[in-house]
Amino acid sequence: MNAEIVHIGFHHALKVVDELCIGCTHCMTVCPTQAIRVRDGKAVIIEERCVDCGNCCKACPVSAILIEQDDFEDIFKYEVRIALVPSVFIGQFPSRIKANEVFGGLKNLGFTHVIEIDSVVDMVQNAYDDFIDNYSGEKPTISTFCPAIVRLIQVRFPSLVNHLISVKPPSDVAAIYYRKQMEKDGVDPEQIGIFYVTPCAAKIASIKSPVGEKASSVDGVINMEYLYNKLLHLIMNREVKEVGEPYTGGLSSKGILWSLTRGESEHQEGRCLAIDGIRNVTEFLERLEESEESNIDFLELRACDESCAGGVLISGNRFLTVERLNSKASLSSNSKVTTLAGKPFDRELYALDAIEARSMLVLDPDRSVAIEKINKLEELLKILPGIDCAACGSPSCRTLAEDIVQGRAEPAWCIFLQELYIRDKRLSIEEADEINCHIWGKDRNYRSQSK
Amino acid sequence: MRLQFHIEGGDFVNAGKASSTVKRALKQLDVSAKKIKRVIIALYETEVNVVAHANGGDIDVLIDSDNIRLTVTDSGPGIPDIEQAMTEGFSTASKSVREMGFGAGMGLANIKRNSDSFHIESVPGKGTTVKIINELKE
Repeated sequence: MNAEIVHIGFHHALKVVDELCIGCTHCMTVCPTQAIRVRDGKAVIIEERCVDCGNCCKACPVSAILIEQDDFEDIFKYEVRIALVPSVFIGQFPSRIKANEVFGGLKNLGFTHVIEIDSVVDMVQNAYDDFIDNYSGEKPTISTFCPAIVRLIQVRFPSLVNHLISVKPPSDVAAIYYRKQMEKDGVDPEQIGIFYVTPCAAKIASIKSPVGEKASSVDGVINMEYLYNKLLHLIMNREVKEVGEPYTGGLSSKGILWSLTRGESEHQEGRCLAIDGIRNVTEFLERLEESEESNIDFLELRACDESCAGGVLISGNRFLTVERLNSKASLSSNSKVTTLAGKPFDRELYALDAIEARSMLVLDPDRSVAIEKINKLEELLKILPGIDCAACGSPSCRTLAEDIVQGRAEPAWCIFLQELYIRDKRLSIEEADEINCHIWGKDRNYRSQSK
Repeated sequence: MRLQFHIEGGDFVNAGKASSTVKRALKQLDVSAKKIKRVIIALYETEVNVVAHANGGDIDVLIDSDNIRLTVTDSGPGIPDIEQAMTEGFSTASKSVREMGFGAGMGLANIKRNSDSFHIESVPGKGTTVKIINELKE
């Protein structure tokens, strides 16, 4: 780990595998919170800035960014082994593969029950209605469905933290609700193991270090990609012993579509907006912060393009997944499904604790020092080339300037300034080589190789 | 620290550039969200006023540990009756400006409401200067 980069205690699901990383800057330039630098020729993630959106992972050409998961064998520690799956999990499989084959396959793999998360959306809706009825703060209220967005707001939009709807996401509500149901049915609580099958990295991080919750409601996380491979293999080789059904019965069309773009906003009152893609969300929130009266009541914000269908761990094409789920939903609306709309819900059980801002933008706790730093930063921006080439190991000239004023980089790390300093004899070739090795690693110092 | 901006008259597309830049600086200085919002609303409304009514103007922003001072000067038509212009709902904005979502007649009153200290001077035919001071300390 690099000493210049401060690490504090947030759990992240994304890890750079140094042996695989080729230090190519793809991840660094797509990161929406400028959380990545290149040091010693490897990508390094700054923990306090990372929101676990997974963009780096999608951009990596050599699959060097791993998404951690629990050991699959962990499920066998329990007698009742529950796979908690979102609707996109089924939606990503090619149309010729039937849902009951997938459910059957999950049982082959060792699960005893399958719970479809989106069976609880009516309960989540009740909790939203209850929260919004009692909400006296500034509009719009913002959904807490997407964990990467919650984290983005914490680090980048501290003024909007109070707009977040204090209701747990469907995955948590489902885990809590069905665990209770099973306990009521006489299952030994110690023997219930609920494993969330995740389409994204942010969800893993939010389970391992929950925001607004004391402890997570699930016992483990399994990457969707891992299960997709296992299941497809079983199905293609006709090894699924028997088809299966989820414990939760059929899904309503509302449930099927909830995790997709407009899945929530379509069902909220007033002027509602749905925005997907973390850069789009950032752009919109910047605007929202600056305008006094937005007249917007509800915001559904999702980090991934096409929401959960575009999750980093979804193997199927996101547009096809959306199309399949849409046609499934249009069929479902005609058939009978069980909903939990009429069920009384326990507000305490499904409410989130206060979500705290932890701004990554503050340059210094001492304001006069921070002012000095901004002045220096503005001066640096005047001399940096402004082409955001990333050759300094920072994603943009502005981030390099920030790194310099924070004492984490030097002006000579900029290859343009470096040439200037060498010409002016303020920097020796040897010193420049040392800098370049520090950023790009010894193997990539072309100047020393050509000698 | 000092930030300076030039505002082009009639350029609604770029109105808000100054407030965005000031907002970023205030976030970097760890100013509370509430105080940032007041400054940004006051500055944004002022920017829009200059774009809508004047041929252009300049913004001068001075920030120290305790205060932010905004001075906005324009070479517009000036305001003949400041008291009337300060009334909520009073607007001289043209139809085309209103169609863009501006000119609801909230401008000056709103700017004053979001300022800790508000001072306006205007000479008809010459221009208007608005001085705003907001405290940044809790």
